[in-house]
Amino acid sequence: MKENSVICRAVDIRKIYTRGKVAVEALRGVTVQIQRNDYISIMGPSGSGKSTLVHILSCLDSPTSGKYYFEDTLVSQYTDLELAKIRNKYVGFVFQNFSLLPRSTALDNVALPLVYGGVRKKEKIAKAADILRKIGLGDRMHHRPNEMSGGECQRVAIARALVNDPRIIFADEPTGNLDSVTGSEIMGIFDKLVEEGNTIVLVTHDANVAAHAKKIVKLKDGRIEDA
Amino acid sequence: MRDIAERITLSFQTFKTHRMRSFLTTLGIIIGVTTVIAILSLIEGLNRSVAEQVRSIGSDLIFLQKYTWVSTGHSDLEKLAARPDLTPDDADALTALPSVEIAIPDADTRVTTLKYRDNEVTNPTVVGSDENYSYVNNHFVESGRDFSRDDVLHRRKVGIVGSYLATNLFPDESPVGKELMVEGHRIRIIGVFREKGSFLGQSMDNFILIPYPTHEKIFPRSTRSIYSRVYGGYSIDIKPVEGKIEQAKDEVTELMRRRHGLGFDEENDFELNTQQVLMDLYANITRVGFVAIVAIAGISLVVGGIGIMNIMLVSVAERTREIGIRKAVGASNQTILFQFLTESVILALIGGIIGIGIGLVLAEIISVVSPLKAAVSFWMVLLGFGFSASVGIFFGIYPARRAASLNPIEALRYE
Repeated sequence: MKENSVICRAVDIRKIYTRGKVAVEALRGVTVQIQRNDYISIMGPSGSGKSTLVHILSCLDSPTSGKYYFEDTLVSQYTDLELAKIRNKYVGFVFQNFSLLPRSTALDNVALPLVYGGVRKKEKIAKAADILRKIGLGDRMHHRPNEMSGGECQRVAIARALVNDPRIIFADEPTGNLDSVTGSEIMGIFDKLVEEGNTIVLVTHDANVAAHAKKIVKLKDGRIEDA
Repeated sequence: MRDIAERITLSFQTFKTHRMRSFLTTLGIIIGVTTVIAILSLIEGLNRSVAEQVRSIGSDLIFLQKYTWVSTGHSDLEKLAARPDLTPDDADALTALPSVEIAIPDADTRVTTLKYRDNEVTNPTVVGSDENYSYVNNHFVESGRDFSRDDVLHRRKVGIVGSYLATNLFPDESPVGKELMVEGHRIRIIGVFREKGSFLGQSMDNFILIPYPTHEKIFPRSTRSIYSRVYGGYSIDIKPVEGKIEQAKDEVTELMRRRHGLGFDEENDFELNTQQVLMDLYANITRVGFVAIVAIAGISLVVGGIGIMNIMLVSVAERTREIGIRKAVGASNQTILFQFLTESVILALIGGIIGIGIGLVLAEIISVVSPLKAAVSFWMVLLGFGFSASVGIFFGIYPARRAASLNPIEALRYE
């Protein structure tokens, strides 16, 4: 995929879940475009479809209808294998609950995407260690998640999201499990990453967190509310 | 390849964190493979020693006898006993056949004891045959001399002893030149046979060979007991021309039917026994046991496999979040499938390797403490590997597919 100022573009995305006999329409035609170095917050009450939208944007899920282009490539009908490859190479994730492998060290957690990218062992470790040092966890490399604070865990998760030099980083309530001081530290890291040229999409219902972003997208009942 | 190495490392990390569980999981496989290996190597040992011993009877010989070695179960004993005895003349007539190199009479009579001074052996066999006995049976004289034609023709009271008899009656001296009393007849020992070993636990060297006319004199037909009449009489040992054993069987049958004056519709009143008959009998007996063991082993491997499947399912449920994380950072369904499959195969293989080890040690121990001798073949080890790997794949595929098909979003939310 070539360099382009538009990273991804969703056109009239719909997503219908069937829970038992009831069909739930989570997204009812969402069109959104994310450009390089964007810093976007997606806000909305629970049930508004913001998580669903992020899952589709981050290639964890496919839309029921509509077109989704990732770097000009239509990926909405991609297979699992192809989507996995995009997630691996071009997308970084940061989750509310950190989602680290509990029995692996910080270093191994950060290196995990490289494992699936088929990177050589030496290079893998060097790269992961490098990013951990940059993010200020040089002395925590061989610690396991239960030996680190919440803030440290989230920083490991950010390091993991960065390790493949992704085009775009999705952060789903990244400060939700942190106290306000640690939370603002984490937000500081995101701000800095955007300054360095990264592209970040935040999902949050915390207005203070959303305020860090340059642009806010509000969702309600599966549709984007007009700003 | 790097992928596989990675998966294997990953599997071992998982086992390390669940040592006890992994061990218990493989226990079924360990027991299954141990049983298979131990029993197979004992059966193989038994097979080999039986084959070797049966071969020592003379693999290329045909034994023309009154009775079959292998009873068919519905034989009319009286009818069998009424069959004509075979005679040394039969042997001469058979030797003239084109496919027969040589045929010799062979009469075996068991006596209760033979004594020499203070030493005695029990239940030795007194064999009556001729000067070609050693050649036909491929059993040669080690010290002293073999029979001459004259020894046989002149009905001399000479004998050649088997090595068991020699060492037990003459522990400190050479038997050659000594005299032995056989049923009241003084027999001079002229030679000692090379050791032949034992067959089915019985020494084949506990005998004395004397010329058959001498044997007939010592054991006249009238004094023979019913026992010796049934099992005694002459056997004709036939050595066919090399490679013509089947032809020899046909020619011998035809000639004997003629000599016994049998009509077209009459059954043979003699038997052609070969070592093949014994091998077939043995194979028949052991086949049942073999099938039973394969069945038992199969059951224990299935049980072991179910154990693996069970634990793998637990493992998948327990690691749902981990699977979600891995998928989020780029693991495809296929990658997850192979990761779990690798785990179950490695678990099964570890069980298999331990089972092979224990099985071999067990077989060795049984060899030492019991008369059974184990024989290990490479194919058994391969079989152990193959079995356990297949069990790992077969019972691992379902849990692995379950892991692979997990929805990453739901898996990430799983607590």
